[in-house]
Amino acid sequence: MERLVFLLSTGLARGAVLALFALSLVIVYRAARAVNFAQAAMAIVPVYVAFAVTAASGSYWFGLASALVVGALLGAVVERWLLRLVPQDNPLPGIIVAIGLVMVLQAGLAIAFGPDHRPVHAPFSQRPFEIAGVGVLSPYDLFVLVVAAVVMGALAILFNRTTIGLQLRAAAFAPETSRLLGVRVPRMVTLGWMLSIATAALAALLLVPTGLGLDPHAADVLFVNAFAAAVIGGLDSPVGALVAGLVVGVLASLVTGYASAATAPLAVLALLTVVLLVRPHGLFAAREARTA
Amino acid sequence: MSTLTIEKLTVGYGDGAPVLDGLELEVPDGAVVALLGANGAGKTTLLRSLMGLVPARDGRVLLDGADLTDLSTEDRVRRGLGLVPEGRSVVVELTVAENLRLGALWKKGRKNKGPAREAAVGQMYELFEPLARRRDAAGHTLSGGERQMLALARALVGEPDVLLLDEPSLGLAPLVVAQLLGVLRDQAAATGLTVLLAEQNVTGALSVADRGVVLSLGEVVADRPAAELAADPALRHAYLGF
Ligand SMILES: Nc1ncnc2c1ncn2[C@@H]1O[C@H](COP(=O)(O)OP(=O)(O)O)[C@@H](O)[C@H]1O
Ligand SMILES: [Mg+2]
Repeated sequence: MERLVFLLSTGLARGAVLALFALSLVIVYRAARAVNFAQAAMAIVPVYVAFAVTAASGSYWFGLASALVVGALLGAVVERWLLRLVPQDNPLPGIIVAIGLVMVLQAGLAIAFGPDHRPVHAPFSQRPFEIAGVGVLSPYDLFVLVVAAVVMGALAILFNRTTIGLQLRAAAFAPETSRLLGVRVPRMVTLGWMLSIATAALAALLLVPTGLGLDPHAADVLFVNAFAAAVIGGLDSPVGALVAGLVVGVLASLVTGYASAATAPLAVLALLTVVLLVRPHGLFAAREARTA
Repeated sequence: MSTLTIEKLTVGYGDGAPVLDGLELEVPDGAVVALLGANGAGKTTLLRSLMGLVPARDGRVLLDGADLTDLSTEDRVRRGLGLVPEGRSVVVELTVAENLRLGALWKKGRKNKGPAREAAVGQMYELFEPLARRRDAAGHTLSGGERQMLALARALVGEPDVLLLDEPSLGLAPLVVAQLLGVLRDQAAATGLTVLLAEQNVTGALSVADRGVVLSLGEVVADRPAAELAADPALRHAYLGF
């Protein structure tokens, strides 16, 4: 029982990070109609910057802010000066360019900072609170949950309650119609990339203190699990990413606790397979449009 | 509110023969002009080219004398040109209200601010009763008639000076067509909106237009007052096939 409570609560905190990263994949999928296979590498670059800023300034918060800014800038630069130059009529060239970008970014980080793990300190204690003798969330887990909730809330408001969000959604669903209504679609695509990479960078930044530390591949496993969560949720659905992210996080935590860490990826894969067998477009995919 | 002038417009796809070849047409301020022609005559190509969605090989498009030729689609819209494309172009993932708000965002070179925008959307609900009842429904749940109504309302709410429409009556019941064209005519009369209406529904189009232009093989082959065109069986027979 104690163990279950502990595993559930850590699973929730890991799931929140997964959900955030899955959400970043959904945002970029909506903007670009493509899965960004370079998301992990693009997310980890701003984390290195945050690490350097925190080391130099002594402030975690400066580091966090710089990760968001650098993430947004990186998203804009990659979209505007790299992916926009790639032929769009089929997805393959974009995927190949993304894989190349992963190699360049990760090799560049290894050259600049060395390939070793760098220990990263969490801004809050990672020792679990004890309630009635049962270890539950740590202060850092709580911080992660709060940050994830705030960011998701802010993104939900941005997309659903503002005119920028309306234009972002319209541009993603119907680019030509949007242009006919005066929406600057290319600018919306760039903005989508900026939001996506900033969100992914934040997720990676929240993740590193709970893992082995910072290295150029620190977000790779996060990407794989978040990609699974995004597909389970329906790739196009922010709510799906949130729910599936939490479910995958809790599942991985339970399987790690009761079986072994090596079994967790298999469990995630099994869940993904079952969901796709039952609902090929994911759990929260948009319903088919009426045609008559 | 504005005059649309088309000078020597030549448009084609790929390196095929031009679909429009040196087309000349003027749609004067406040006029409602029906653009007629059989399937494949080039109506859609002309309207899309006017919006900058299909590049012109040659020629110019002027709005009140200002050259639009080098402007992007978005900028043409912001100059006061609007298009209701063929096929009920509602954004099906958005609600009725969101589609209308989207249409009201950009208006003649400036962003439409909150209260003014909501007021403009409210006017459309008065004009199109069925939309008011379904304002929170997603676009994909609307019927064909409701979708075309929404597409028209969404174009009108941005208050364009010149509105282009591509076969709005296609596939709709006669009653719905009559209602849509009626609203269009009333709006044009009330606001001085300039309209270029591409239609295969010749009778419907000529009943709301002051002038009819017949397009055939990329050229204007007839340009007459609507009543005259409707009454001329020889012309109808030659170019419109009935
Ligand atoms: N995207 C396209 N690519 C190549 N040819 C096209 C394209 N769209 C239209 N055409 C050709 O242009 C001609 C005019 O078509 P269109 O403008 O759609 O006519 P209308 O709207 O009057 O029926 C037709 O011969 C058609 O085959
Ligand atoms: Mg057509």
